[in-house]
Amino acid sequence: MIKRLLSAIGGGVIDMFARIGLVTRSFGGLLAKSPGALRRPSLISEQIHFIGNYSLLIITVSGLFVGMVLALQGYYTLSQFGADEKLGQLVALSLLRELGPVVTALLFAGRAGTSLTAEIGLMKAGEQLTAMEMMAVNPIQRVLAPRFWAGLIAMPVLATVFSAIGVIGGYLVGVQLIGVDAGAFWSQMQGNIDVRRDILNGVLKSFVFGVAVTFTALFQGYEAQPTPEGVSRATTRTVVIASLMVLGLDFVMTALMFNK
Amino acid sequence: MSNLVEIRDLHFSYGDRPILSNLSMDFPRGKLIAVMGGSGSGKTTVLRLIGGQIRPQRGAVTVNGENVHQLDTEGLYRLRRKMGMLFQFGALFTDLTVFENVAFPLREHTDLPEELLRDLVLMRLNAVGLRNAAQLKPSEISGGMARRVALARAIALDPRLIMYDEPFAGLDPISMGVTANLIRNLNDTLGSTSILVSHDVNETFSIADYVYFLSQGKIVAAGTPEEMRRSSDPYVKQFVNAEPDGPVPFHYPGKSLAEDLGLGGKR
Repeated sequence: MIKRLLSAIGGGVIDMFARIGLVTRSFGGLLAKSPGALRRPSLISEQIHFIGNYSLLIITVSGLFVGMVLALQGYYTLSQFGADEKLGQLVALSLLRELGPVVTALLFAGRAGTSLTAEIGLMKAGEQLTAMEMMAVNPIQRVLAPRFWAGLIAMPVLATVFSAIGVIGGYLVGVQLIGVDAGAFWSQMQGNIDVRRDILNGVLKSFVFGVAVTFTALFQGYEAQPTPEGVSRATTRTVVIASLMVLGLDFVMTALMFNK
Repeated sequence: MSNLVEIRDLHFSYGDRPILSNLSMDFPRGKLIAVMGGSGSGKTTVLRLIGGQIRPQRGAVTVNGENVHQLDTEGLYRLRRKMGMLFQFGALFTDLTVFENVAFPLREHTDLPEELLRDLVLMRLNAVGLRNAAQLKPSEISGGMARRVALARAIALDPRLIMYDEPFAGLDPISMGVTANLIRNLNDTLGSTSILVSHDVNETFSIADYVYFLSQGKIVAAGTPEEMRRSSDPYVKQFVNAEPDGPVPFHYPGKSLAEDLGLGGKR
């Protein structure tokens, strides 16, 4: 009984370290093959179009609604203290520091991440990656690395779009609908947002999320069982793992960036 | 050296399950050699070992005098540029057109001007009869056509060795005949060496120069197609004549029916 328990624990620990080793090696392999991919910018721009442009609609619409809800909820609380002119600052800070990068990353994982996993998984199932290897073309360099860099570039841009549209949503609800003074809305925002502390830290967050989500999606696709069921499981894992990573990383980075 | 590919004392297993044991085969230059056998006999594994996709536990595979499994990644990729492989279902890149699929190896490995590349691709497509399908996507063509496009892609770089993994699987009789003729003609025209893995007896025998029969990872018979047709080997006879029972039993091994029904019978 005890022997079996110890054996199960030992097996689990070995599996965990093997998994960590595999993930680390895959990430290292991806970085090692990146220079080759970066020498062919057309492959990356094609992927930016695919994973960035196609995510734009969901990011824009979500950003608008998140900004509108922020303004409604923010006004409700701020007005209780007679501080409703601070609404612009609240909306902008919430979006730039947290909601922009985090919600964009979660939406990106659901929209582009699943698409990447399914694409790579189906390429594997259809022997396309093996065919590429047999043509002396490294699939990590030709397929994975351009998508990885495209994700890294697309994510901060999408998060910026999300935040910008969110601010517009906040303005529409706060100023146009509720009647907060437009001058106060914009001037409080302008006066209390710091470029390095708020905007650049937000961009840095979204860049890190871009690495986490895109790598997770590509890794899950590349390691997927080459069957319909395997690809389906890998796609689900992408959403679950990437989302949890984004939320965990957000906590760590927020603690590091915004502690006083 | 007359053999382009040589396999010596090859042993390969997945975990404890042996797939190939003490396998030795020769693939002479310019010839079309078929490797036949039932499902799970290890045919495709032979191709994967020759292509360096998997490593054997023992033994050696040499292609053009180079031991495939002693090469580093760069060396292996250099060797693979002289190989072409046709996968069972074509393995075409579904996001690219027929033209771009055939152009893929040329774009990756050469710096040819666009006009010359276009001419080369169209010539390859013409050789398989699909020049006018150049702008179609893989989803718009039939399985037989996809196999021919994959063939055009496999020969894009004028390989010395072309490997075919079940090229006739799932094809209608016309497509099967067309594919078989193409394989033979391309082998002769390009002066390459071909390894054909198949379990389709008639088409394979009509084009192969020599046939190896594999069963449970071992060669059970080898010879010309004519010799195989006359073979008295029970496995070859069962395979060639498509007999339902013989050395490959109809019933999955296990308990007898009488035992299962509780009648006390023995196997």
